[in-house]
Amino acid sequence: MSAPAPPMHSAAAREIAEALGLTLGRANLEIFAETLLELARANGNILAVTSDSRGSGKLGPFGKELPRQIVEVGIAEQNLVGIAAGLASAGKKVFAVSPACFLTARSLEQVKNDVAYSDQPVCLVGISAGVSYGALGSTHHSIHDFAVLRAINNLAVVAPADNHEAAAAVRHAARAQTPLYLRFGKSALYDLPGRGAPFVHGAARVLRDGADLAFIATGETVIHSLLAAEYLARTEGLQCRVLSVPFVKPLDEGAVLAAARECGAVVTAEEHMVHGGLGEACAALVLRAGVSCRFRTAAFPDEYTVTGSQADIFRHYGLTMEGLAQTALTLAQSSAARTA
Amino acid sequence: MRQRPADRELAEKSLRYRRSVLKWIKHAGAGHTGGSLSCVDILNVLYNRILNVAPDTFGDPMRDRYVQSKGHSVEALFVVLADQGFYPEAELETLCRYQSHFVGHPTRKVPGVEQNTGALGHGLSVAVGMALAAKLDGAPYRVFTLLGDGELAEGSNWEAAMSGAHYNLDNLTAIVDCNTLQITGRTHEVMNNEPLDEKFAAFGWAVRRVDGHDFTALTEALEKPLEPGKPSVVIAMTRKGRGVSFMEDVGKWHHGVPDDVEYAKAITEIDEQLSAFGEEVPA
Ligand SMILES: Cc1ncc(C[n+]2csc(CCOP(=O)(O)OP(=O)(O)O)c2C)c(N)n1
Ligand SMILES: [Mg+2]
Repeated sequence: MSAPAPPMHSAAAREIAEALGLTLGRANLEIFAETLLELARANGNILAVTSDSRGSGKLGPFGKELPRQIVEVGIAEQNLVGIAAGLASAGKKVFAVSPACFLTARSLEQVKNDVAYSDQPVCLVGISAGVSYGALGSTHHSIHDFAVLRAINNLAVVAPADNHEAAAAVRHAARAQTPLYLRFGKSALYDLPGRGAPFVHGAARVLRDGADLAFIATGETVIHSLLAAEYLARTEGLQCRVLSVPFVKPLDEGAVLAAARECGAVVTAEEHMVHGGLGEACAALVLRAGVSCRFRTAAFPDEYTVTGSQADIFRHYGLTMEGLAQTALTLAQSSAARTA
Repeated sequence: MRQRPADRELAEKSLRYRRSVLKWIKHAGAGHTGGSLSCVDILNVLYNRILNVAPDTFGDPMRDRYVQSKGHSVEALFVVLADQGFYPEAELETLCRYQSHFVGHPTRKVPGVEQNTGALGHGLSVAVGMALAAKLDGAPYRVFTLLGDGELAEGSNWEAAMSGAHYNLDNLTAIVDCNTLQITGRTHEVMNNEPLDEKFAAFGWAVRRVDGHDFTALTEALEKPLEPGKPSVVIAMTRKGRGVSFMEDVGKWHHGVPDDVEYAKAITEIDEQLSAFGEEVPA
């Protein structure tokens, strides 16, 4: 009776992914939970703190196997972050796990004061981030989190784009001596090229080289950018660079500026509101550096978000391969017109 | 005073509501089944016996207010609002679908909804504000809000509880859908909040604990403020998944969607009870 949600990738996009040799991995959320369990087995000092969120965070097995390393606070996200800060102050390595929407809105003051300002090296884990919760509506979307968290000193903001980046980010967070926010979605993701590349604090990765235009993307939009680049190569002969930017903050300024300078046209992509996210961070950087480049931001507009699954919402706002390719093509053509 | 439907009529309505809740959750392929089924009888009593709320008078500033703080039980609310005539129930075909105004939580884009909810721990504060406005205006309307028992772990509830008593809001009634379960398990094991009666009483509220599936008990608790000068809280003891044998009091049905076999079984159970009312069962 019920219609299945449309797949995130069109048949054409899936074909390109296949031609690129990309294979479908799993949800970053699952990789997070598995990696954390593995780390926690070896290190009894690691704690997961949850707010009636262990199921959503895929931490059921963690709770069963390591019941002494999981702290439940009930449906109380502010308390969650405060308790996490207190545990961290006593030397615990804490992963505070809650839906990104609540963790980064309701608990914002705890994040700002108890974690970031007090420099307690908590790892905040925003689960089912962005519009992963789709049709549950705006209460459940975190498309403000980059903006508000970027505006807080002493907090790294990380949105992994595939399973490799997700696992690396969790390991990185386990070693980190300063606060981080990790953001994970719950749909299966393609594994991107360049597995095994080192995961360096603040570093972006070039997934595909090119000098006609650069896609600068983060999190679950990176795959769509990569497919769009490949699509444009096939259909238009354009060579697009693709940057995966797991660290929305600190931003890899060198990589972003190089892309802007060398390509002269940039399309940023993010599962976030247009205000205050990766796009605006890049735009400000480029402007400050005095680099002249054509620029578009693919993100959710400042409007009442359309109802639908994550895939519906991505498609509606032009964040899938087709939408991004269209945005890039229009920009590339307008750049060409300008220089002609 | 409007005509009050008899218990028997409410009992039949609740069966139909439950049937529809399951139908639309199955259709959407998503939903919060357990908590919707646990609060059906509460919504039934509210909308059919207590609230002076109707589609043609929804713009009336003197209408009673209902804020569903446990917004995830939206399917129950949407079904009851349809039954009240706010929109044809068939519109729920689009629930959670692309471009629908029926999102998976209450929003004011849906006729009859007072407040957007879905993030827990907001409704009581908003209800306090509404009740306070009534007091400031000398208006006679009452304000109701429905809370989950797990939801009460949010500290904001207790801030609101303090202010409700501080402002002597006897026009405010909070109902706790106390099904003793949340997502992770039993509420008292996840984060114990009992004894709730004493907590609310200590905050200055008039408290009554009732069987949340007993229409008479609910009606008595809701038809007027429990005590002059104090906000009321009705702790309604309910069973999550109420009305479907294999869902009742089983945690996984919090947001479980029945498969085809389970769905058929659930509907059959409800239809058997409905046929006892001697009415034809809807297709
Ligand atoms: C602020 C916030 N935190 C977490 C959630 C996710 N969530 C939705 S329902 C639920 C459990 C609610 O339990 P309870 O209040 O007892 O409701 P019921 O049993 O009636 O479903 C949780 C944790 C949420 N919607 N809002
Ligand atoms: Mg409950």
